[in-house]
Amino acid sequence: MTVDTGDVSVKTKNMSNLIYKYMRPEHLPQIWCPGCGNGIIMRDIAQAIENLGLSRNSTVIVSGIGCSARAAGYMDFNTIHTTHGRAIAFATGIKLANPSLEVIVVTGDGDISAIGGNHLIHAARRNIGLTVVVMNNNIYGMTGGQYSPTTPTGAFGTTAPYGNLDRSFDIAGLAYGAGASYAARGSAYHVQQTTTLIQEGIKHRGFSIIDVASICPTYYGRKNKKGSAVDMLKWQRDNSVTVDQAAKMSQEELKGKLVIGLLHQVNYPEFTYAYDQLIRRLFEEREENE
Amino acid sequence: MKKVLMINQSWCKGCGICAAFCPKGALEIVDDKVQRKEGTECILCGQCELRCPDYAIYIDENEGDTDQWAKSY
Ligand SMILES: Cc1ncc(C[n+]2csc(CCOP(=O)(O)OP(=O)(O)O)c2C)c(N)n1
Ligand code: SF4
Ligand code: SF4
Ligand code: SF4
Repeated sequence: MTVDTGDVSVKTKNMSNLIYKYMRPEHLPQIWCPGCGNGIIMRDIAQAIENLGLSRNSTVIVSGIGCSARAAGYMDFNTIHTTHGRAIAFATGIKLANPSLEVIVVTGDGDISAIGGNHLIHAARRNIGLTVVVMNNNIYGMTGGQYSPTTPTGAFGTTAPYGNLDRSFDIAGLAYGAGASYAARGSAYHVQQTTTLIQEGIKHRGFSIIDVASICPTYYGRKNKKGSAVDMLKWQRDNSVTVDQAAKMSQEELKGKLVIGLLHQVNYPEFTYAYDQLIRRLFEEREENE
Repeated sequence: MKKVLMINQSWCKGCGICAAFCPKGALEIVDDKVQRKEGTECILCGQCELRCPDYAIYIDENEGDTDQWAKSY
């Protein structure tokens, strides 16, 4: 709650230190449905930032459009809520204008892999130092449950009343196939592991993506008879395997499992660094020629 | 400084996640709001705080009124 003292808003506490420090309590509770996984993942991001000791002033949260994108309104940083699918484009501009900023994109599966899919693959290819956290609920939540590129084959959505015919994207796999130098998968249930994966993704110099399995009890859950938010989290708990476990399993055994952990990490030059090196080289060459 | 379990019922949406994953069964949902279940023990493990999507339950380290297990607003 905020108390208006005239010219400044003072936060009074009826929340944890973490929430008090990193959220805008005047906008809480969120508009998200009861049991929506997005609130859990948003807290993971705040915890990762706290663990790293980043300053709020040098951290920027960029989102597109969707239920997930609402995070930019709740998080108390320099934030920008942009247009559908374009969060990475805005984030690229911010990072290039001031590479010392930590730029974190918070997005949904539709936002990042349908309308924004092209931005995703090219930002990954470029290895620009953004951290992308996907609140992946396997559906378009905000617009009423249409299927998204991560809706599993055969699953239902308002636009797939007889079951989805398409195969689904593995967003983390798509990003690292396109050149992302850090790719990981977490889940709403696995709070501590996911927080660590986000933390390492922020630390990583280069394009990082953390694809986090969220839960949308309202649309995905209802359309697919997945039960309550609690049932959906229990499903994540009971059907997740770590990257190490998955390495010992066959394709058949991995069907329907959620593979959690660091999937891929390599180091090669980050884009804003390479760009800076190029400018320095050109200046030096010009001076030599003068 | 003593740890206390805090509940902010005005932010609680009654989703039941905290209660479902509490290792001690120390929480219950009544009229769509979480509360401490009578006759149970809270071990202040913080599992409920980690998964509450609405930040309505948390462990606080407070100097004040620390005899109570749970405080409500
Ligand atoms: C250019 C444009 N096209 C379509 C829309 C409508 N629209 C709003 S949110 C959304 C999908 C959101 O799905 P996702 O990114 O998965 O986020 P979620 O709501 O599930 O978190 C769409 C299609 C829009 N706002 N702008
Ligand atoms: S529609 Fe789904 S994703 Fe959107 S707030 Fe509700 S539960 Fe969350
Ligand atoms: S702190 Fe642990 S024991 Fe106490 S209510 Fe929360 S989950 Fe249950
Ligand atoms: S998890 Fe949070 S919102 Fe859900 S019932 Fe518990 S306190 Fe309320």
